[in-house]
Amino acid sequence: MSQATATTGDLPGLIGLERASVAFHSQRVLRDITLWVPRGQTLVIVGESGCGKTVLLKLLVRLLAPTSGRVLFDGQDLALLRERELSQQRLRFGFLFQGAALFDSMTIFDNVAFGLRARGKISEDEIRSRVRQHLQEVGLPAEVESKKPAQLSGGMKKRVGLARALATSPEVMLYDEPTTGLDPIMSDVINELILLIRRRYPVTSIVVTHDMNTVRKVADRVVMLYPLSRLRPEEAQVLYDGPPGDMEAHADPRVQQFVAGKAGADWLNSA
Amino acid sequence: MHPPGMIQVLGQRAQHALAFLGDFTIFSAQTLGWLLRRRPAPHTLLPSFYTVGVRSVPVVGLTGMFIGMVLAVQMYYQSSRMGVGSRMGGILNVNIVRELGPVLAAVMLAGRVGSAMAAEMGTMRITEQVDALSCLGTHPLHYLVVPRLLACTLLVPLLTIFADFMGVMGGAYLGTRYYGIEPHFYWYHTANFVGLWDLASGLIKSVFFGAAIGLISCHRGLNSQAGAEGVGRAATEAFVASFVVILILDFFLGLFLINIYHAPLARQPRFS
Repeated sequence: MSQATATTGDLPGLIGLERASVAFHSQRVLRDITLWVPRGQTLVIVGESGCGKTVLLKLLVRLLAPTSGRVLFDGQDLALLRERELSQQRLRFGFLFQGAALFDSMTIFDNVAFGLRARGKISEDEIRSRVRQHLQEVGLPAEVESKKPAQLSGGMKKRVGLARALATSPEVMLYDEPTTGLDPIMSDVINELILLIRRRYPVTSIVVTHDMNTVRKVADRVVMLYPLSRLRPEEAQVLYDGPPGDMEAHADPRVQQFVAGKAGADWLNSA
Repeated sequence: MHPPGMIQVLGQRAQHALAFLGDFTIFSAQTLGWLLRRRPAPHTLLPSFYTVGVRSVPVVGLTGMFIGMVLAVQMYYQSSRMGVGSRMGGILNVNIVRELGPVLAAVMLAGRVGSAMAAEMGTMRITEQVDALSCLGTHPLHYLVVPRLLACTLLVPLLTIFADFMGVMGGAYLGTRYYGIEPHFYWYHTANFVGLWDLASGLIKSVFFGAAIGLISCHRGLNSQAGAEGVGRAATEAFVASFVVILILDFFLGLFLINIYHAPLARQPRFS
């Protein structure tokens, strides 16, 4: 058993945070977050810009380290993993970045093939067929393979990002603002793809968004975070944790305000 | 709240400087660790070698040649006033291979390649491409920094040899053709005055200059702040920091290498 393996017995989920806090210099972004995601669930994390949603997502793959608390994946504390073990664990995740984060010096084919090549021990023929399969899956024609990311539209880039994330057959898919910056039709295409991936593969999904359409369409469970700068010290940062259907009827006016997408009096007075 | 006093500001700056130095040291040690641990793939090395080496040849050659010629102009007037005009080749060429060739080749590289590397990596960082590398099981230090560091460390000495050559040729052209120094004397004094150690000391320094450019530029790039301004600042800082470090290294390495040269076990005097 690895030294990093937790000895806490049955954990409440595949991946989770335990009392995790994050601060950048003197600015605290996340405070005391405990959150577990069971295998197979699609969790959507919502909240205003700057509430720490993306930071939370990056904690899960240790692109950021918590200032305090733990991040556990499949029973392992990520902080205790060595660099090589961490790299291997990261291949169990697929990450769709907000701007797709395609490598702009490479072709689309090389972008999608990157994770497969990094894994090694896969023949170029196998890589070629898997790249084609995943590009097809996200609805992109074979002609895009030879193009550079700068030649694609925003929606196409997102779909290439999705194909790249899927190529390594991840167990957990992380989506950072998957529909931001896209037109309503393309946003719906991305939402449909998230559903398709969930149907086709046994993945656990965590989606960070402020798009309520995504929440309604893909979520099994919703967690709403609130910016620490506007919380009292004794208040929990997670304002809501439950099914998407109960959000609108939630007693907290801040949750209702977010669902309705209305600027509250505090915003209007400060404007 | 009181505005911070001078002592407090100085303290904060010293603290930041120390933290920065510590961060840079850790970064350099980790890069060295990756360099020793795993060989970089040829497909990551070749583009770096091409950018740093091949594409720098024209600018380094041109700079070297003009420096040789500029030095020849100054050297001829100074040495002819002292009545040793025919000996200018020796003094000029020793200056080129010991100092100006290595320093100018490195400075040109810091400007041409160092700032571009910082800007490229800065852009990769702020567009999350560096994070994407990590998520795809590849360490950014191994994939991005090691090839660039190798390219700078191995190719700056080669470019220095080229800059030296062009400088020597530029100086010789002006000295022998324009100022009419007899080529035989020009080269005779050069051969007498410039030893293998002079060339070697220039090349030893250039290895350190290359490593400094590679590490500083990559470090600045990977720590770039968000936005176009952040990337621009990283590129400028990479050049300025590389330039200053090249000069500091030049001074201390120069001192060190001269001390080695004049150590008791060293060789015979140059003039026989």
